[in-house]
Amino acid sequence: MKKMFSNKKTLTNYITYAGVILLFVILQSMSAAGGLSSALKGQLVPVCAYVVMALSLNLTVGVLGELSLGHAGFMSVGAFAGAVAAAALKDVIPAGGLRLLVAMIVGALFAAIAGVIVGVPVLRLRGDYLAIVTLAFGEIIKSIVTNLYVGMDANGLHASFLNPTLHMEGGKIIINGPMGVSGIAKISSFLAGFLLIMVTLVIIFNLVNSRSGRAIMALRDNRIAAESVGINVTKYKLMAFVISAALAGAAGTLFAMGQNTVSASKFDFNTSILVLVFVVLGGLGRMWGSIIAAAALTVLPELLREFSEYRMLIYAIVLILVMLATNNPTFKNFFSKIFKRKGVKNHE
Amino acid sequence: MSNPFQKTKMVPVPSHSIIPERDLGKAPILECQHLGIEFGGLKAVNDLNLTIGRTEIAGLIGPNGAGKTTVFNLLTKVYHPTHGTILLDGKDTSGKTTEQINKMGIARTFQNIRLFSNLSVEDNVKIGLHNQEVYSTLSGILRLPSYWKKEKEAHERALELLSIFDMQDMAGMKAGSLPYGAQRRLEIVRALATNPKLLLLDEPAAGMNPSETAELMENIVKIRDTFQIAVLLIEHDMNLVMNICEGICVLNFGEVIAKGTAEEIQGNPVVIEAYLGKKKEG
Ligand SMILES: Nc1ncnc2c1ncn2[C@@H]1O[C@H](COP(=O)(O)OP(=O)(O)OP(=O)(O)O)[C@@H](O)[C@H]1O
Ligand SMILES: [Mg+2]
Repeated sequence: MKKMFSNKKTLTNYITYAGVILLFVILQSMSAAGGLSSALKGQLVPVCAYVVMALSLNLTVGVLGELSLGHAGFMSVGAFAGAVAAAALKDVIPAGGLRLLVAMIVGALFAAIAGVIVGVPVLRLRGDYLAIVTLAFGEIIKSIVTNLYVGMDANGLHASFLNPTLHMEGGKIIINGPMGVSGIAKISSFLAGFLLIMVTLVIIFNLVNSRSGRAIMALRDNRIAAESVGINVTKYKLMAFVISAALAGAAGTLFAMGQNTVSASKFDFNTSILVLVFVVLGGLGRMWGSIIAAAALTVLPELLREFSEYRMLIYAIVLILVMLATNNPTFKNFFSKIFKRKGVKNHE
Repeated sequence: MSNPFQKTKMVPVPSHSIIPERDLGKAPILECQHLGIEFGGLKAVNDLNLTIGRTEIAGLIGPNGAGKTTVFNLLTKVYHPTHGTILLDGKDTSGKTTEQINKMGIARTFQNIRLFSNLSVEDNVKIGLHNQEVYSTLSGILRLPSYWKKEKEAHERALELLSIFDMQDMAGMKAGSLPYGAQRRLEIVRALATNPKLLLLDEPAAGMNPSETAELMENIVKIRDTFQIAVLLIEHDMNLVMNICEGICVLNFGEVIAKGTAEEIQGNPVVIEAYLGKKKEG
């Protein structure tokens, strides 16, 4: 057992936990002491949400080795499912923290279901279909939510497509089609975001260092060899993908519950690509890299607001620097892998 | 040629094959009947009948492109045969997947090495133990007692298996960074970890120097003796084949051209002709 802890990978994991805790304590005390600008303070919850998004996508892209281009779709499912849950439970669970927890679980569950629906047909296939299907999934979710109306009255929840009246007797509307959800009771906090990051890290690190995680990485490294040692390919691909989707769902709820309003357009293709950029820049399979890339690149545009003219220029330069800093072998591997996959595969 | 490896007498069985006399009382581990596959018009393997005894070390030889690796791919369901049946331990394997075949008792190595190269040597073996040291994903994520117990067992078992090839000191190294010969040995260890009844080795000595090959020969025999399993190996190194293989099957252009003991094969003019390409018709 001693050996397990002296192992380099385990050490990196503990340093990652420690780093996140340290950052949280520093930022939280700065925030309490008034050392953070209000703009930056407003970024704390979104940063946590995007960190969880990057970590969860890294599970699919870095650990499982499958490309997903619609991760924001799962965030969207989580955001709106969580928002409905939180609004519906307002009177049942008055305590904000507990209500957020329940809403996150609902968000994660709905995103997991979406993950199963996308994953079951696609992950059985051999080849890069996941990228295409997740891309479509992201767009489909966006149009569904844009046309979705959900409200609640004394009789409970009502939902409808394209029909804003919802046949309600009084009551209030929760998801208002293209306008999305507004007047959100902001129950997300930096503390909640920090806890979600920690839970995400525990899930991913413990999974990766377990029997199932090794099976997932075996598929990534060599599918044929993995099958030859008795690993169920579909099961483990689906497992990684659904866990990744569920975590993105929880991140979506966290994000939504920290905003005044959220609409479906917030979770579009650009968001999916942005999260993918965090993952690739931070290093495939490297969780601390995802955290740093997501945090830095989410806060940066806000910090650069004062230099509005040079904002995009500086952003671009920082992107390049991060890319160089997080070094290129992984970067190169990623692209060589994509190109190699296009070639004909033969079995021997 | 003096042979340090002890072989038993080979005896015929009904399916036009021979198996070691000591395995006679037991059902053969593998029986292929009229096995064949076509790729387009090419009969890569045609009408292969092969029987392997419980604890036999059998050889599958033949010139390049003869269809040897294709036989392995048929046995492990990487390809599904277009003709014939495969009985593993008396059970028909048609319709099974590669994964199920492994669970039924066949493990293999690959001609072009297929390790999980980004993972450690130990993790490669632990992946081989996937269906041996079992606990749920949830126990893994929550680190329940079964996680600690099974992980400890897997760790010890992995080191024990690595020690067959004296590789326990390499446990922490990245599999992809090992020298070529060690990678081939690691593939054997990984295959053994799945607790097979039949071990398929595709050119295990390829790229090894003579002393490594000599050691490999001893280890293959040692593996058979300790695990009491059957081994079917493809090899171009005739010294290895003739020294340790009991029954040998020779393929050429997908067809069996000869079957027999090392002595019989060595003296067979058809085999010599296939290898030397002498007096080729057409
Ligand atoms: N998937 C496939 N599609 C088409 N043809 C194939 C396929 N796999 C193998 N073949 C053909 O089947 C024949 C036998 O190939 P195989 O790899 O089994 O030979 P081998 O005996 O293992 O040769 P070597 O000693 O070079 O490894 C070759 O002509 C090969 O081109
Ligand atoms: Mg071959």
